[in-house]
Amino acid sequence: MDAILLQILNGLDKGSAYALIALGLTLIFGTLGVVNFAHGALFMIGAFCSVTVQRILTLSTETVSETQKDFLGNPLKIQTPYVEGWFGPEVGSAIISWSVPLAIVFAVPVMLFIGYAMERGLIKHFYKRPHADQILVTFGLAIVLQEVIKYFYGANPIPTPAPDAFRGSLDFGALLGLDVSLAYPYWRLVYFGFSAVIIGAVFAFLQFTTFGMVVRAGMADRETVGLLGINIDKRFTIMFGIAAAVAGLAGVMYAPINSPNYHMGMDFLVLSFVVVVVGGMGSLPGAVLAGFLLGILESFASMNEIKAYLPGIDQIIIYLVAIIILLTRPRGLMGRKGVMEE
Amino acid sequence: MLGIGKRDTTLLIVVTALALLAPFLLNPFPEGSAMAQFNAGYPDLMQRFVIFGIFAIGFNILFGLTGYLSFGHAAFLGIGSYAAVWMFKLLGYNILPGMVLSVIVSALFALLIGYISLRRSGIYFSILTLAFAQMLFAIAYSDLIGRFVGTSITNGETGLQVYNSDPQYFHSVDKPNIPHLFGQEMQSTYTLDAGAWSFDFNFGYYFCALILIAMFYLAIRIFRSPFGLMLRAVKSNQQRMNYTGLNTKPYTLAAFVISGMYAGLAGGLMASMDPLAGAERMQWTASGEVVLMTILGGAGTLIGPVLGAGFIKYFENIFAKINDNVLHGWFAFLPDGLEDMMVTLVHPFVGKGWHLTLGLMFMLVVIFLPGGLVEGGQRIGKVFRRRDEKAGSVESDAAEQRKPAAE
Repeated sequence: MDAILLQILNGLDKGSAYALIALGLTLIFGTLGVVNFAHGALFMIGAFCSVTVQRILTLSTETVSETQKDFLGNPLKIQTPYVEGWFGPEVGSAIISWSVPLAIVFAVPVMLFIGYAMERGLIKHFYKRPHADQILVTFGLAIVLQEVIKYFYGANPIPTPAPDAFRGSLDFGALLGLDVSLAYPYWRLVYFGFSAVIIGAVFAFLQFTTFGMVVRAGMADRETVGLLGINIDKRFTIMFGIAAAVAGLAGVMYAPINSPNYHMGMDFLVLSFVVVVVGGMGSLPGAVLAGFLLGILESFASMNEIKAYLPGIDQIIIYLVAIIILLTRPRGLMGRKGVMEE
Repeated sequence: MLGIGKRDTTLLIVVTALALLAPFLLNPFPEGSAMAQFNAGYPDLMQRFVIFGIFAIGFNILFGLTGYLSFGHAAFLGIGSYAAVWMFKLLGYNILPGMVLSVIVSALFALLIGYISLRRSGIYFSILTLAFAQMLFAIAYSDLIGRFVGTSITNGETGLQVYNSDPQYFHSVDKPNIPHLFGQEMQSTYTLDAGAWSFDFNFGYYFCALILIAMFYLAIRIFRSPFGLMLRAVKSNQQRMNYTGLNTKPYTLAAFVISGMYAGLAGGLMASMDPLAGAERMQWTASGEVVLMTILGGAGTLIGPVLGAGFIKYFENIFAKINDNVLHGWFAFLPDGLEDMMVTLVHPFVGKGWHLTLGLMFMLVVIFLPGGLVEGGQRIGKVFRRRDEKAGSVESDAAEQRKPAAE
């Protein structure tokens, strides 16, 4: 029982990341009909927004101490972050420690802009071209984005710690009155809650606003909406920006869980595609559901008891499930009729 | 000649000449000169040119003809390598059984994977092949099968290699202890010194090159056969084919298996040149690479994939070598400030940043030249031809009209 609970909890954070990326992919696919292989790169850029904000906040002045010496006998150089100088040491260090959540504020406009620029600058020209071309050009773009990040930030993972307040872990065992300890890091809980909020916000936005209504109508029948005198292209471009922002936010908050490196996007992308296909191309609830299901499944398969018997099964199981689902339920778990069926 | 048309014969001759004369063509700069670092005529690299050429030709038979974009072809390459190394382990270092088995085993896998994946098309097909390849990669990497048969099959992350304790049934003392073909070692190299130049003639390379030529010829035959025509028809409109009452599945499956066998052959050759097989050969980035090669060269054309493979492998090796010192050497003629600026400007694109150049180039090709380098060449050719026409003899115009429409 406690082992099962622990695996479900462990699956939630990875599942949240899958769900958020898959949600963005599905939004792009459902609105613009484009298969975006660069979506993983957007996730990665989001994570590097965290790194950037952290670096900006820890920019320091260097002062030479008069009294203290380092172990070589030279005068000790003290690094004081500017923020601490401006706001006083306590507030300053608190700001630095909260750099990851603060990065959200930075990431949203950046990601919206990147998404908007990507759609207007590149993907717009590919609507009439075959799907294979769309895959290829976004694949190329993903390589370019990845290499640019590698050039500026290096190839090594960059540790980006969570705020001090969330450093510890919560003992679920004690909470539920079990006599075993089920330690679960706070930050992962935060991540799960955060992604739930984002997912909820995206759905609410589509469901309850006029803008969302028009977008949904456009997803169902683009031409008719256009005939009604609505500039649907413009709205779809904005949706692309929003999808990029969702992927970016998923990346921002994921940075403390897994130190960002330049190829993390690609690692997630392949699995996210599987998630989208399992959930059903073009189905938003399907993407979220499949994201969590596959995340939890992966976490179960990586249990030591199972891995001792079947090594590597945690990598295999997702693809196996995907193949089975694609062959038995060609539309995926919740796919709509007539979307991408050949 | 050989049952192929005039144009194709020319292509075949070009490829043959390129392959056989590669040690000269790739070593144009004298030894020890400043440009010598752009020489690519060393055996290891040349072998990779032709092996990836074979891989890309095979991939093109599937993607170029039927339009099915497989994102998991490297799996067959890896399977071919594993099969060949197993033959070395069991029978000995003669590469022939290894080559045969690598083709057979990869064909079996391709048959199974293709049979399942080809039930869907478009993006679903790509995802299915990707899923299968990643699954095989994970199985090879964790040696999952080995756990059940008692002996290690893929040797996990270390990679499969030949040990002294292996049976090597046909091995005897007088035979070389490295991959060979009936006693002729794969790595035996004859170096020809001609003045300042030195050319390497490597047996393994020529073995691969002959196979490349044979495989290229086979690809021409496939492209020009009724079977190839059927595959093109599938690409242009599969639905219509189905409506005429024709079952396209056997044709696409055959194409899939053929291209899988090409990949297996390439994998077997790779293991024959260097008796190692590792799981990373099957990873999806490797599958992505062959897609890059084919598109960059020109999907659906005969010579495109060979060009693309050579192009990518050449620049991968040469660009990666260019460091800041070399750049400073190049721009030395500029004033100091400008020199540093140029070096800083070019720096991100060479050396370790070569993938950035590759990505940019690939994007530009997909955007502006969907036909790849081959289309680029044709366009340039057309410009020149038009200029000739303007220069204006009526005769050339007439000749242009008589010529059958270029493909």
